[in-house]
Amino acid sequence: MNHVSIFVLDQDSAYDFYVNKLGFTVHTDAPMGPGMRWLTVCPPEQPELEISLMAIADGMLFKDGAAEKMRDLVKKGTFGFGVFECNDLQATYEELKAKGVVFHKPPTKEFYGYEALFADDSGNWFSLGQKK
Amino acid sequence: MTSKVYIYKRVVQSKLFIDAHYSEAIDLDNIADEAYFSKFHFIRLFKSIYGKTPHQYLISVRVEQSKLLLQKGLTVTQSCTEVGFESLTSFTALFKKYVRLSPSEYQRIYLAREEQIRTAPLEFIPACFASQYGWN
Repeated sequence: MNHVSIFVLDQDSAYDFYVNKLGFTVHTDAPMGPGMRWLTVCPPEQPELEISLMAIADGMLFKDGAAEKMRDLVKKGTFGFGVFECNDLQATYEELKAKGVVFHKPPTKEFYGYEALFADDSGNWFSLGQKK
Repeated sequence: MTSKVYIYKRVVQSKLFIDAHYSEAIDLDNIADEAYFSKFHFIRLFKSIYGKTPHQYLISVRVEQSKLLLQKGLTVTQSCTEVGFESLTSFTALFKKYVRLSPSEYQRIYLAREEQIRTAPLEFIPACFASQYGWN
């Protein structure tokens, strides 16, 4: 996989979260006309995986009030977008917490290993595991 | 577990200290002292968590930050000084070691790509995404 989309409430705020808090790198940041922007970021160790931070805006993708419904769902934390792995879960948890990242679950031992859950600035949540 | 968490917090604080003060003349011995570890123990723990010694990590942060300055159009000399390297020669050598390009080559390639994104953004966007947004 080389592209995946995450729907965000505000691209400027998402930029700050993914770049300055998670430490991702900006791959492409292209203005696409008034209020439109193609913004992709990559985990530092996966420069080939572009995560597109997609704005939820009325238009071709969201029609007939779908954008408002989608924004509500994202805010409510409806969507879990994936699993990130780090080298050291406890250290990453402590660092992200110190940077203000909201965790729904601290590092916890599950039958498949240790896992934490955190949310981005929009409400999308992710599992955070540790490389074995 | 409590003492383990305490130790982790100390090491993470040291890492965050480097993140915030990379451009200054950081004395890494002081960081170990502030973390209440022996220097040897601190370096070993730091490396086990981050895969680099504190010194190696500091160099990598400075190089990464210099990339951001080069992206903004600062000269190689300005970027070198701003991130805390004292010698242009060592900066250039370390940059090349980490990035596999010289600072000036990196800047030229980055700025050329930015210009291409500005003039022909659709070349950087998969067509399926562009059509969903009505950009093509």
